[in-house]
Amino acid sequence: MKRMYPVVTSLVGLGLLFGAGAAGAATTLTIGTVNNGDMVRMQSLAKVYEDRHPDVLLNWLVLDENTLRQRLTTDITTGGGQFDIITIGAYEAPMWGRQKWLMPLESFSPTYDVDDLMPNVRKQLSVDGTLYALPFYSEGSITYFRKDLFAAKGLNMPAEPTWSEIRGFAEKLHDPAHGMYGICLRGKAGWGENIAIITTVVNAYGGRWFDEKWEPQLDTPEWHQAVNFYVDLLSTFGPPGPSSNGFNENLTLFNAGKCAMWVDASVAGAFVTDKTQSLVPDKVGFVKAPRAVTDKGSSWLWTWSLAVPASSRQKQAAFEFIQWATSKEYGDLVAQRYGISAMPPGTRLSTYTNPDYLANTPFARVTQEAIQTANPDSPTLKPVPYTGVQFATIPEFQAIGSMVGRQISGALAGFGRVDEVLHTSQGAARRTMKRAGYYDTK
Amino acid sequence: MSEARHPSRAGRLTASPAIIMLFAWMIVPLVMTLYFSTQYYNLLYPGKTKFVGLENFTYFFTYPSFLTSLVNTLLLVGSVLVITVVLGVLISVLVDARFPGQGIVRMLLISPFFIMPTVSALVWKNLLMNPVSGLFAWLFQLVGLTPINWFSDWPLLSIILIVAWEWLPFAILIFVTSLQSMDQEQKEAAQMDGATPVAVFRHLTLPHLARPIAVVVMVESIFLLNIFAEIFTTTGGGPGDATTNLPFLIFTQALLEFDVGAASAGGLVAVVLANLVAVFLIRLIGKSLTEA
Repeated sequence: MKRMYPVVTSLVGLGLLFGAGAAGAATTLTIGTVNNGDMVRMQSLAKVYEDRHPDVLLNWLVLDENTLRQRLTTDITTGGGQFDIITIGAYEAPMWGRQKWLMPLESFSPTYDVDDLMPNVRKQLSVDGTLYALPFYSEGSITYFRKDLFAAKGLNMPAEPTWSEIRGFAEKLHDPAHGMYGICLRGKAGWGENIAIITTVVNAYGGRWFDEKWEPQLDTPEWHQAVNFYVDLLSTFGPPGPSSNGFNENLTLFNAGKCAMWVDASVAGAFVTDKTQSLVPDKVGFVKAPRAVTDKGSSWLWTWSLAVPASSRQKQAAFEFIQWATSKEYGDLVAQRYGISAMPPGTRLSTYTNPDYLANTPFARVTQEAIQTANPDSPTLKPVPYTGVQFATIPEFQAIGSMVGRQISGALAGFGRVDEVLHTSQGAARRTMKRAGYYDTK
Repeated sequence: MSEARHPSRAGRLTASPAIIMLFAWMIVPLVMTLYFSTQYYNLLYPGKTKFVGLENFTYFFTYPSFLTSLVNTLLLVGSVLVITVVLGVLISVLVDARFPGQGIVRMLLISPFFIMPTVSALVWKNLLMNPVSGLFAWLFQLVGLTPINWFSDWPLLSIILIVAWEWLPFAILIFVTSLQSMDQEQKEAAQMDGATPVAVFRHLTLPHLARPIAVVVMVESIFLLNIFAEIFTTTGGGPGDATTNLPFLIFTQALLEFDVGAASAGGLVAVVLANLVAVFLIRLIGKSLTEA
């Protein structure tokens, strides 16, 4: 989850131009992927695959999340056929699968253990039982906290904290004069940034995005309570300028030892415990994401996955590659080269029965639990017509999520009050839904 | 001269391919935008594309960020114009007087103009205005003040400062060049008659600069209406809508929400706005030009 830099985009664009020209006799697979740590690793490990398949040439296009999504969406919706393999998330996979933009994945190679994929994760990437993408890694949201600070103050972090307990801890540990902030949370606008954490807070308070008739619920007491709580918590006990902090900014703050607590994606576990980039690698504790009136939907579920666009001309070769990149064999390769904790988390059951992995990965159990307990089909206390925990799997959600995210980040920075912002958002969300024809069909 | 004004038939014929090309170049995107602006067209929802008349426009106008973005656009253009013209005139008059190292100083003054907007935005964001590690924060701490959290507390002002810094050199470049053509004898005569430097500035320099000021205002407003890279790299339009201007709003519609219809409508609104501003400026400044 990163910001985009046009410089990078244009450089990559140039690269693609030259790269396409260099394609020779072999089968060239163009792979569009996101610049998260695990995917960058995949790029270097893919040499092994190329050595074994001398006729396959891999052509990489690594972009940050927002830019990648723009490129992929414009390419795939217009049938551009630029890509043979794309990296998409739990939001896109089922929607694009249903639109027949992706190749249905059937007849796996005998060594690829499909049943080893976590059922929850599989479900996210399937339409009517058919997989349209294979999971590369998966994450839930969890609470990170500093065991040393808690011990020093005689505090005890429960295994299933509530948001009000978290607030109490933040109050006791907040010490900005010494560069220590009670809690770090995402505040940067975006449906994949602040809206992810805000939705889990809202879920925990018993709220939901839409009711059964697709009426937005942003102006309900649950939303007001949850968003007021979030804004108050983060602006009182958070780092300065939280409205510009996304996943990576908070990771940097936490690794620099400036956050007493942090609620975010479980995939950061591998980074905060990594001695080469964290100042506090052995001082971090991991517990479940905070609950409030319910724990339903209080932890999100996200999967980065690999898929083959229907417009690809190298479907079979592409399918073979994505099987390799999401296989057990690939996980073992990562473990061999980068240590066992670096294995792609949250996709395969076998990873979590591997005693070596469990012994060396302090966040393994929490991650597994967060992923297994999240239920995208029934994410909230009250029933909803959509699937997805921290998003609704409908095309309109990007527009609504971006807009609401912008509004709330404004309220966080002191431009506008939460109650006004939610009221405005409600109206705008309803307009978007109405325009898309959700109300006048029946 | 008269021959040039009435070209021969052959001349017209040979020029026509170029003119047709230019016309097509201009009209094709415009017509496509007009067409898309009447469609409900979400990239993620290809099956649903349909004609919706003017709905995209009402949707764009009633978008919660629209009014803010319009105000921000005008504030941004207005403030940068005022800063660059006022400071530009003052600095140009200062460096117009002869002093050692004049050439180098002028070159340094003009150089920011040649830095790419993205690069200068990144430099300002990370090296100067960062509340923890930036130069300004360091200066503030040096005198015992709390550093300003620029992009959170003063987002629009920060953008205005960055853009003004980029465009001030352009104003200086124009003004310095224009000052070089000023009648020195007239100035000396005024000084002999006992005119103070202020009086010289007010009654000779300023009127002389009226035309270049008009040029600077017009050229800058055209470019300032389109400011995008600086906002994109520093604040991303936020916090809230604090730094969202029209181009940025259109960008969010097209590439964050994939709503081609609303984005096209927004594009047309921006075209109309640019034309309104241009007409307004030409009226206002054109008049003062002919009077001067």
